[in-house]
Amino acid sequence: MDDMMFLTFLATLAGAAWRLATPLIFASIGEIFSERAGVLNIGLEGTMLVGAFCGFAAAFATGSIPLGLLAGIAGGMLFGAIFAFFTITIKADQIVVGAALNLLGMGLTAFLFRTYYVSTGKGIEIAQPVQIPFLSDIPFLGEAFFRQNLIVYSTVLVAILASLVLFRTSFGLTLRAVGEHPKAVDVAGRDVASYRYAAVLVGTGLAGLGGAFLTLGHSNQFVEGITSGRGFIALAVVVFARWSPIGAFFVSLLFGLFYALQLMLQAQASIVVPYQVLQALPYIMTIVTLVVVRGKGAAPSKLGQPYEMR
Amino acid sequence: MEQVNQGVRENVYPQAAQAFGRTLRQAVINAATPAAAVLVALACGAALLWLNGFDGSDVVTVMIFGSFQDMRSVGEILLKATPLILIGAGLCVAFRCSIWNIGAEGQLYAGAIAATLVGTNFDGLSVWVHAPLVMLAGALAGAAWAGIAGYLKVRFQASEIVTTIMLNYIALILTSYLVTGPMRDASAAYPQSARLIREAWTPRIVSDMRLHIGIIVAVVLAVALYIFLQRSSRGFSLRVVGLNPYAARYAGMQVARNVMIAMCISGAMAGLAGAFEVAGVTHRLYQNISPGYGFEGIAVALLAGNNPLAAIVSGGLFATLRSGSEVLQITSQVPQVLVLIIQGIVILSVVAFTRLRDIRRIVA
Repeated sequence: MDDMMFLTFLATLAGAAWRLATPLIFASIGEIFSERAGVLNIGLEGTMLVGAFCGFAAAFATGSIPLGLLAGIAGGMLFGAIFAFFTITIKADQIVVGAALNLLGMGLTAFLFRTYYVSTGKGIEIAQPVQIPFLSDIPFLGEAFFRQNLIVYSTVLVAILASLVLFRTSFGLTLRAVGEHPKAVDVAGRDVASYRYAAVLVGTGLAGLGGAFLTLGHSNQFVEGITSGRGFIALAVVVFARWSPIGAFFVSLLFGLFYALQLMLQAQASIVVPYQVLQALPYIMTIVTLVVVRGKGAAPSKLGQPYEMR
Repeated sequence: MEQVNQGVRENVYPQAAQAFGRTLRQAVINAATPAAAVLVALACGAALLWLNGFDGSDVVTVMIFGSFQDMRSVGEILLKATPLILIGAGLCVAFRCSIWNIGAEGQLYAGAIAATLVGTNFDGLSVWVHAPLVMLAGALAGAAWAGIAGYLKVRFQASEIVTTIMLNYIALILTSYLVTGPMRDASAAYPQSARLIREAWTPRIVSDMRLHIGIIVAVVLAVALYIFLQRSSRGFSLRVVGLNPYAARYAGMQVARNVMIAMCISGAMAGLAGAFEVAGVTHRLYQNISPGYGFEGIAVALLAGNNPLAAIVSGGLFATLRSGSEVLQITSQVPQVLVLIIQGIVILSVVAFTRLRDIRRIVA
């Protein structure tokens, strides 16, 4: 491969990496909100599936992508409300409830899809790339970064906004305090439970958005289990990013790169490794990430623990 | 539950009867929570069917009773119960130790791969050697696959929730690679391994039914795990680690070793389930030999309150629901994934009812 071709390959790779990172960026930033408030939501996978399905169903009915995205967020938050009710109000074990919601999300979306949509066999019109004037004409860089759809661009905004909210507002400060020292928040007269509810709802709304991107901005169809583990990979992204939204943006990009490499290398006939090795790449890298980055120290100290008022 | 018996009495029989009565009463109380949870889940399932234009009453009539038609269909239920009891009982041990092994599905596949390797090779062994060897290989492979996640947790504090799930995907991809590549039966149109040698097959209980001795092994092992957890000192320290690792360390218990043991036991049970699927049911390795038994096992364990003995009952129940949902799909075109929804709701109801019971107990 000559230099020009290689540069084109890199540009396409970078563009694909960002696109494939998008659902992870939304989901992991959402999970950061929730975990910063002390709530570990391993039901992210099921939540993303619900978002993907709701987004698809709404766009299918109305033909509108913005409405689809809103439906994805709403679906995620509805699922989040169930999670919050069980873990915060009833104070049930967060891991058990998360595992149940994963089953429920998988089951419900597959059930409804098979009942109403599978026989239609029709897809939807997905979000089209928007070329940014001038910038998109830059050789290679333009191809990679300035010819994406609006959902992909919005990840930058979400990461910055999330970071500002978490670290520069009093809401963010209280939210983080709820995860570190809920008793202090309680004594200061603020309601721990409502902050946790807010954190979970923001988190699952973003996870729903990440799921909706899969059907509205990436593939034009809902497929059973379309998230294929992204909800779990997002959990590892959070650890790697040390619970920072900006960090999660870049770590997700890294994982997006693994996905993109897998897709692009599969298309290369000259590659000798079996395609399954490439397929396993994101999963293997997730494990490697957890081993290399021992992020326990940065975790919110009350992560996973219900708050009992005494 | 057990009674501390101090005074010596001449006639111990009335006392034994009393103790039995107490145990029975306790069992009924313990069974109330899961029973209520199952009822709630079935009601939700019925409502869901009704809302979507299906006949809601099917949930009870078909899902519960639909699969009890004759001896053969009962045998099929027990066949499905085998992996669920094995995995569920194994996960009880892990969950008691607060090890969140979500990777039973991958461990099942690891066991199935190993069982296939052993079962397609070593021609000429007697069935008395080959069949147990296949089971052993499955259990060891499952334990090893789970052991990876255990080691990463103990050594690098890597969350076992994430690593076991990633190992699920990797095991599935590995299986797909093996049956399309190195282990593929070239003569078959569909990707699958060669057929296992007949001596490696798990013996059937009745020759004209698919039910094999795996169900007996599953029940025996579930009882053994119950005794291990409740009566052995290792089982005790596993439970202490699960309740409070700091206290366990302070008491001189080896937390890391207990974590590894809990992980490997649950992995071995899942691996054995995989071996039985290959050696007892399909006799070949396929890409999709498990319809999600590894995930269903989580629901089995939680419904059983992490008690391996109760996992026999809850495994049987989930197998019944799964068989019923197959009948339902055929008779009423209800998507079979309904069973996943019911599993999810069962777990949610169990945790909710258990919490509410605990709160009542504290208040009272």
